[in-house]
Formats: sequence, C-alpha cells, structure tokens
Amino acid sequence: MDKTITGSEALWLSLLEEGADTVFGYPGGQIMPVYDSLIKFQDRIRHILVRHEQGAIHAAQGYARVKGTPGVVIVTSGPGATNVITGVADAMTDSTPVVVITGQVPTSALGTDAFQEADVTGLTGLITKWNYQIKRPEDIAWAVSRAFYISRTGRPGPVVLDFTKDAQVGKVDFSYKKCNFIRSYIPDPKPSPKAVREAVELLDSAKKPFVVFGQGILISHAEKELKAFLTKGDIPAGSTMLGLSALPDDFPLYQGMIGMHGNIAPNVKTNECDLLIAVGMRFDDRVTGVISKYAPQAKVIHIDIDHAELGKIVTPDVAICGDAAKVLSSLTEKMQRGSHAEWVKSFKECRDIEEEKVIGPELRPAEGPVRMGEVVDMVATVSGKEAIVVTDVGQNQLSAARYSRFKESRSFISSGGLGTMGFGLPAAIGAKVASPDRPVCLFVGDGGIQMTIQEFGTIMQDGIGVKVVILNNNWLGNVRQWQEMFFGERYSQTRMLNPDYSLIAKAYGIKYICVESRDELEGAVKVMLGDSSPCILDVHVLENGNVMPMIPPGKGIDQIMLNSHEWFKK
Amino acid sequence: MEEVKNYTVLIYTENQIGLLAQISNVFTRRNLSIWSLSAGASSMEGIHTITITTDATERKIRDAVRQIEKRVDVIKAFFYTDDKIVYREMALYKLPTPRLLDCEDLEGLLAKYNARIVEMNRTFTVIQKSGHSDLTSALYEELQQFGILQFVRSGRIAITRAQQEPVFKFLQKREKERLNKQ
Ligand SMILES: Cc1ncc(C[n+]2csc(CCOP(=O)(O)OP(=O)(O)O)c2C)c(N)n1
Repeated sequence: MDKTITGSEALWLSLLEEGADTVFGYPGGQIMPVYDSLIKFQDRIRHILVRHEQGAIHAAQGYARVKGTPGVVIVTSGPGATNVITGVADAMTDSTPVVVITGQVPTSALGTDAFQEADVTGLTGLITKWNYQIKRPEDIAWAVSRAFYISRTGRPGPVVLDFTKDAQVGKVDFSYKKCNFIRSYIPDPKPSPKAVREAVELLDSAKKPFVVFGQGILISHAEKELKAFLTKGDIPAGSTMLGLSALPDDFPLYQGMIGMHGNIAPNVKTNECDLLIAVGMRFDDRVTGVISKYAPQAKVIHIDIDHAELGKIVTPDVAICGDAAKVLSSLTEKMQRGSHAEWVKSFKECRDIEEEKVIGPELRPAEGPVRMGEVVDMVATVSGKEAIVVTDVGQNQLSAARYSRFKESRSFISSGGLGTMGFGLPAAIGAKVASPDRPVCLFVGDGGIQMTIQEFGTIMQDGIGVKVVILNNNWLGNVRQWQEMFFGERYSQTRMLNPDYSLIAKAYGIKYICVESRDELEGAVKVMLGDSSPCILDVHVLENGNVMPMIPPGKGIDQIMLNSHEWFKK
Repeated sequence: MEEVKNYTVLIYTENQIGLLAQISNVFTRRNLSIWSLSAGASSMEGIHTITITTDATERKIRDAVRQIEKRVDVIKAFFYTDDKIVYREMALYKLPTPRLLDCEDLEGLLAKYNARIVEMNRTFTVIQKSGHSDLTSALYEELQQFGILQFVRSGRIAITRAQQEPVFKFLQKREKERLNKQ
C-alpha cells in the first residue's frame, strides 16, 4: 500500500508495473494532470512527443510489433482521441497489442457535449479488443492491469482506456496486482486432443502437404516450432505478408510469400497440394483470391488461437484452436517423419518461371530508370539482411515484401489488413525506439510519406535514426497500376505533384540523398546505412512500374499475370 | 444454399456498459436483422443475459455467435432453434372499455388465448398476454374489431431444456482454473 497519490500518478505507476518503458503521446486539456505528473516519472519512462496523434498510435504499433509487448499511447480527449482511431482499427485488424489512454472530460460533464468531449468508448467499441472508461481513481490499477493482460494475450489487439479528468486528479491508495485471469476470457485455449489426433492422421497420409503461415507464428514466438515441424514432415511452406521473417529467406523448405502479389510457386502449389496446413493466418481475400477457387482439391487443417477464425472463410477438415507454438510442437511430436522430395522439388519449375519473367527484369534490368525491387534488394544486400524493414502501403509495400530478405524474425512491419497509408513513417519510429541497435529501414511512396510527413519533426527532436527510403514515382503508384490494368488506363487523380524533399529534409535537419540513376544506388545505400543517424533516401524510380506477378481481383490463386499482357502458364 | 432458420441466441455477460451496442453490431455488420432483443438478469448473481432472435443460416449464426463470444466481457453465447428451448414473449393490448363491454364472450376470448386483464377503468382496458408470437398476433386480429388503442410486444425470452443455466458448468470450470492460478 502506497501513500495517497493522485490518479495520474497511479496511472504512471501502473504503466511501470507493466514494464512499459516508452509512451508515444501528445498532450491537451483533458489529459494535463497526467502530463503534469509525468515530470516525476521521466527518468523511468520515455515519452516521445509526436506531431499528430495518428503518429503516436502507429509508432506504438511499430514498437509493439518489433518488441512483442504492448505499445502505449497517451492522448487528450475529443480530437486527440478521434485522431488515433485509424491506428486503433489498424491494430485490431493486424492483431497488434497497444494500450491507448485517452483523456476525458470530468464525469459530471459526460453526455453534456462539453468542450472536447467525444464518446470514445462508443466510438472505439467495435475496433478494440476491450475498452473501459475509468471514472474513479480506485479503478485505475485494475483497469490498466486488465488492459495489458487483454491486449497482449490470446490474439493480441488494441485496448482503449478513457480516463476521466476527475479520476486523474482524485486521490487513491495505490496497490498493484497484475491481472492473470478473467473468467469470461480464455486467451490460451487448450487444443482438442481429438483434433490433434485427426490432424496427425491427415499429416501422416499426405503425399503433397503444404503449409501456409501468418503472423500467428510471430505472435506466438513459434518460429522454432515451425521449423521443427516443417523439417520433420519435410513440408514446404509459404508465408502471408504479415508472416514474413518468421522463417529466414534461405530456410530450405521456405517457398516465399503467398497472395495477390506473392510468389508464383506457393500460390500455384496451394491449388495442387493434397493437404493444406494453415497456421496463424486468417485466409484474407488478398491471400486466397476468389474463395471458390481456393485449394478446392485439398484437405485443410486450420490452426488458430482465435476460435472465430476457424471456419469463417474456409471450412477446415480439422480445426485446432490453440497457440501456434504449442499446437505445432505437439503435432511434430506425434506425426511420422515425412519425405516429400519430389513434391518439394516440383516448386522449382514455378520459381524458375518467376525468376525469368519477373524477378530478373525487376532486380537486374539492363537499362532504364531504377526499379523499386532493385532498391529493396540493395538494402537487403548492403545491410546483410540485418535491417528491420518497415513499409507504408502501396507498391512500395509490395516490393518491400517481395524483395526483402531476412535473417531474424520480427523484421517486417507493415499495415496488412487495413492497408493504412501513412502508417510507415511513424511505425518506423516506433520500431527504431523498440530496437535501437538494429537498422530500421522504411520503404514508403511519395503519396504515403505525405500522409504523416510531420513525423520528421519527431525524428528531428528525438534523434531517431530511421532510414527513410522514398520510392518516388510521382504517382499514387498502386492505384495507378490498377487504373492501367483494370480501368482502361484512365488515370483519375493519381498523378501527384511532389514537394522538394531535399528542402523538407533540410528543414528538419535530416541527411538527404537523392538517387536518380542505377549507378548511384549502391553508394547511396551504403552511405545511408553507414551510420546510425536519420536519413532520407529519395530514389526516383520508374514512374509507371508495376508490381508483378499479380492475381487479378476475382481470379483464383493460380490465375496469375506475369505482366500486364502475359499470363502464367505451366 | 443453406437453409435460413429462426434462431434464438442466448448470451451471458458480465455487467458491462457498452456491450449491448457491440453485440447488436455483430448482427448488423453481417446483415442479420434482429427481430427481438431483451436483456436482463439471470439466476446467477452479477451475470446478465441477452436474448436475441434472428433469421440466419446455421453457418452465419455460428460465426456471429463466435464473434460475440470473442468479446472479452461475454461469458458464453449459445444459439438454438425453436425446438431446443421454451420461449415466450409478452404483449399488452389497450382497448376502449365501452366497446370491449359489447363483446359477447370476453372471458371466453381471454381464456382461449390465456390472456388476462391487468387494468380496467371507464375509458380503457389493458389486456396482457404471454406466449408465442403467432398467438400474440392472432389475439391482435381478434381484438381489432374493438378498436385497439395501443399495442406493444416484448422481445422473446427463452430458457433451455437443459438442467441448469448452460453457463453453469463453464463457470465452475473457470473457478477451478482461477484457484489453480493463484
Ligand atoms: C489512408 C489510405 N487512403 C487511400 C488508400 C488507397 N491507396 C492504396 S495504395 C495507394 C497509392 C499509394 O501511393 P504511394 O504512397 O505513392 O505509393 P506507391 O504505390 O506509389 O508505392 C492508395 C491511394 C489507402 N490504402 N490508405
């Protein structure tokens, strides 16, 4: 029992109890008591002042995705709270643990349309895993401990705590107890032994098994278990975009990324396998293409910790609800050693076609402007695959996903399910704060950078050594690509005039390098990665480049375009 | 296509403000109409029940119920077809007393529908009926000749044919797990 303290102090103490070392935030009227008491705790917790609340939430997401523990955000009421909503929705879709604390008007003013009052619990109810309005200082420790427990366990997600002014200033006797049980909430469901048995039967009799895995592997820290499972079963595997880096790119059974712009082999082979084992992924439409043509020939085992995902899109033959690491290790233990040499070898044919038709021309073009893929590839090479790759949304993201190479897990951070432009720059800030010793390299388009460009101010103020690679094509490239391919080349509102990024960099005191031709690229990337300071690398890439291959919308995953006029044929 | 049936969804929750909105959104987001909704206490202290009726395919209702159960403060949710539950709704009919007195066999009519008068004065009479909704509607038809002044019907409430509250076992198990954790 501590002596009587204010609710604001109780909040900071609670955050410290939960091991929070960093908070991303922005002050304002209804959260001022919290900011006032921060002064007392500044030596124990780092506050990063962003330039817009959207920056705070995306930074917290980047932080959380790299660290695996909840990112913390503190903002004021009303507009402060509504400004974080995009990021909260993004965290919900991508299962990212964040705890957001919003200021709120005093309880007596609730419901009166008081200045800067917004119904935050109402607004965020559908895009949070849990939310709660703290009305009394006595509830702070309880609410914070519950928030962290809920946010980080099970399928992680965002939690919003709406913190009324009177709870901030009221006095309370502080004592803290970490939450480890909520009777209505089962974060670690025990896999059904029967389902595991049935899965083992399918695995043991499969001739052409194939694994597709997603971010669940990273969340569950199941990288080791996945490798052991694949190795013992001799099972090839493909990753969703959010699962990238769970396996190192040179892992022998790894076949690359699945989905709309994924690799040809894992997509095509999904429709040839006899057993599809899906782990920690949710069959997003960007992964499956048109669902009626998705793996109709295969038996399906679906492993996910979220019961609601099982059978939501694909009806599995065996559904196992549980933690990926635990399920995989129990399957590995029980199943027979597999041997599928012919099947594994058969992926090569597709790989060769993709290499010849797509990858070669993208990474080693004979002439013409720089391509996005070359830039990504160069960063992977120069960094020795050490960099944490963060992306924005669009062609920059798809190129980064396709051509990055990874040694370590948790090295690819991107807005997947929501596809939030503007995510990249602040997320990269959060990633760098979470992992100061590793290079953090952002790939971002000229459109997306301008959505949260103000966060250069945060980089400037805190000296956060983020490497910002602008893949500058003077277009909203991804939309332009769709207009070219599916809208008769009618380019409606996708040509975008750029500011002079050298002057932007200068204004923020950030090092700037411009690359206009291929022969400048390697040197520039080396300079960029040569030290730990922030840097903007402005690469003028091929303006009308397309990210290929592509499964057009409405097509099955084996109906793949190699370029805008040529289809993949076996 | 899968068959669309009427389902009754029984949801047990911790008392949590805002949950009702989140639960009803699970239906609207999937384009499922909520035909009736009622919320109240259960036989277990601190645990509330929400009863919702809707038409859906089995797959859709199963997915919706899983999404509901996913809400942290929802303890458990179940869905039933009509044959698995005992269910009732209540209706109140307000009629002008003078005209109602013209009725030749009011008592007989009320007895037929198992309805009763809960208030009567010179100007109006309130009749209450509980039961299944088709009979509620049938009585409505019969009373129409007397000029119905006001009519209101509640949402469905339902109870399962199982021995106990269906969450009972679950809560016992959870209590054991809680004790083990300490
Ligand atoms: C907030 C938001 N608004 C709009 C979109 C739709 N959108 C997806 S990709 C894209 C173009 C992105 O252009 P740019 O940032 O220049 O990146 P590029 O595709 O050229 O790499 C747009 C507008 C989005 N994903 N997010």
